[in-house]
Amino acid sequence: MSVVAALGRSTHAGGATDGATPTGPGAGSGRGARRLLVPGVLYLVAFFVVPVGTLLATSLYAPVPGGELGQFAPALRWQNYPEVLAQFWPQLVRSFGFAGVATVATLLVGYPMAYVIAVRARGRPGLQGLLVVLVVAPFFTSFILRTIAWKQVLADDAAVVTALRWLHVLPPDGRLSAAPAAVVIGLTYSFLPFMVLPLYASLERLDPRMLEAGADLYATPLTTFRTVTLPLSMPGVVAGTLLTFIPAVGDYVNSSLLGNNTTTVMIGQVIDARFFRLLDYPTAAVLSVVLMGSILVLVTAYVRRAGTEELV
Amino acid sequence: MSRLRLGGAVVPVFAALGFVFLLVPIAYTVLFSFNDAGKTNLVWRGFTLDAWRNPCGAPRVCSALVGSLQVGLLSTLVATALGTLLAVALVRARFRGRGAVNLLVFLPMATPEVVLGAALLSQFLSLRLPLGFGTVVVAHVMFCLSFVVVAVKARVATLDPALEQAAADLYATPWQAFWRVTFPLLLPGIGAAALLAFSLSFDDFIVTNFTSGGFTTFPKFVYVSATRGIPPQANVISSAMFVLALLVVVLVQIVSRSRRRR
Repeated sequence: MSVVAALGRSTHAGGATDGATPTGPGAGSGRGARRLLVPGVLYLVAFFVVPVGTLLATSLYAPVPGGELGQFAPALRWQNYPEVLAQFWPQLVRSFGFAGVATVATLLVGYPMAYVIAVRARGRPGLQGLLVVLVVAPFFTSFILRTIAWKQVLADDAAVVTALRWLHVLPPDGRLSAAPAAVVIGLTYSFLPFMVLPLYASLERLDPRMLEAGADLYATPLTTFRTVTLPLSMPGVVAGTLLTFIPAVGDYVNSSLLGNNTTTVMIGQVIDARFFRLLDYPTAAVLSVVLMGSILVLVTAYVRRAGTEELV
Repeated sequence: MSRLRLGGAVVPVFAALGFVFLLVPIAYTVLFSFNDAGKTNLVWRGFTLDAWRNPCGAPRVCSALVGSLQVGLLSTLVATALGTLLAVALVRARFRGRGAVNLLVFLPMATPEVVLGAALLSQFLSLRLPLGFGTVVVAHVMFCLSFVVVAVKARVATLDPALEQAAADLYATPWQAFWRVTFPLLLPGIGAAALLAFSLSFDDFIVTNFTSGGFTTFPKFVYVSATRGIPPQANVISSAMFVLALLVVVLVQIVSRSRRRR
């Protein structure tokens, strides 16, 4: 369970202690403890803050007149932003759309899983342990091979599509491969464990007596769920949706392996292609900056609204 | 008790479907390691043990695996050391700018990998650093660091500072108190953080793709060969790693449970 603890539990335990007053030798040897910060902070400044600064600078570079492909000069070409956004807003909007749908889907699929592990299997540590191992099992095989597996499962002549056609869910010539549905299914699958683990961590701390109290007060199970269980699991819901949404927006493994080259292109694919195939660094940098900026704005608004700042 | 059960059997059925959804691709990965693959390994053509008998049979698959292991071990070591120090300091020390350091740790986790990769690549390009093993390790340490901090912080928070005080009362120097008292108590958290860092690094594709140049890791090998056909040897390696990791996790669980009983 230790691997899980790292991912799931930490999201609240870490934040919850921030407000606590440090006591004991920690407070006494404050200067010594402060010195421990130096290497890590320097590392993050050198390889996160400075590169993001370089990215910002690159986003304003201008092409060298008469220069070769990939030649740019430092400049403050602010027009880069409107120009790039005018060209690539559909891919940007699509990335947020796909990631949003996938996040809601992981919540719907993941909540019953977390609920069963944390509440139904409570008191049976063997079963709980087994189910948690099943949740983290995907981490032990290659992410890309698992994505390829969805290509096989959703192929035109495979069982799933045949069954859905027979049930008239899909038209006779309908397909799931190389379609937006395949990309959203892939994204949902890829980040499902990141939803289940924090949900499980918050549901596990739920006191079963609270549920009994709800029932004693003549609440139906559904009312108890709506008024007790769900609100108490909100920290898990917030952590899970963030851990799913953020990587899903920027992901391009699913869209490039499971999608087509027109109606499923996500922003990560564009950034990758601009960098490596077209050597168009300023455009890639503009898109990266816009992606990071919009995620930070969205996340801040969401965390404020959900009333929990435990993640930070 | 039954009146407490939300939705009776419906919830477990939904949960079971969720587990099936989660496990189907793993089953495919393992199954197709036994496939008598042609040019591509997408369609079942018959059972064979060929790939298992000769796991390095496909060109470059084993060198990619070795590359991933080297990057994973080195990044885990550095990220775990830096992250543990940072976590202890963040919980224990009171100083101005703690909020800023917390934000600095949180931001890389709130940044999509493609942006991290793009930022590092712009940096490496502007410094004219040659891309390869070194740049990949630098990048992996960066994105593993925050996860290590978060994981170890949770463990530090559960420690009773009175234990260190007791050590100090018994004339231990702060250094001795740390290594003899704090560190052993933190060890499970540090171990969990290291496992997490290794699995993040080992399976990373996006950041690696941006920072690796001609250097190949296992995920990059699989992604690049996807267009031409992935050799079944890749499935063999992935399946073997899966079984190995599963064994480790089960062992850790058994050991920690028997310890708790004592």
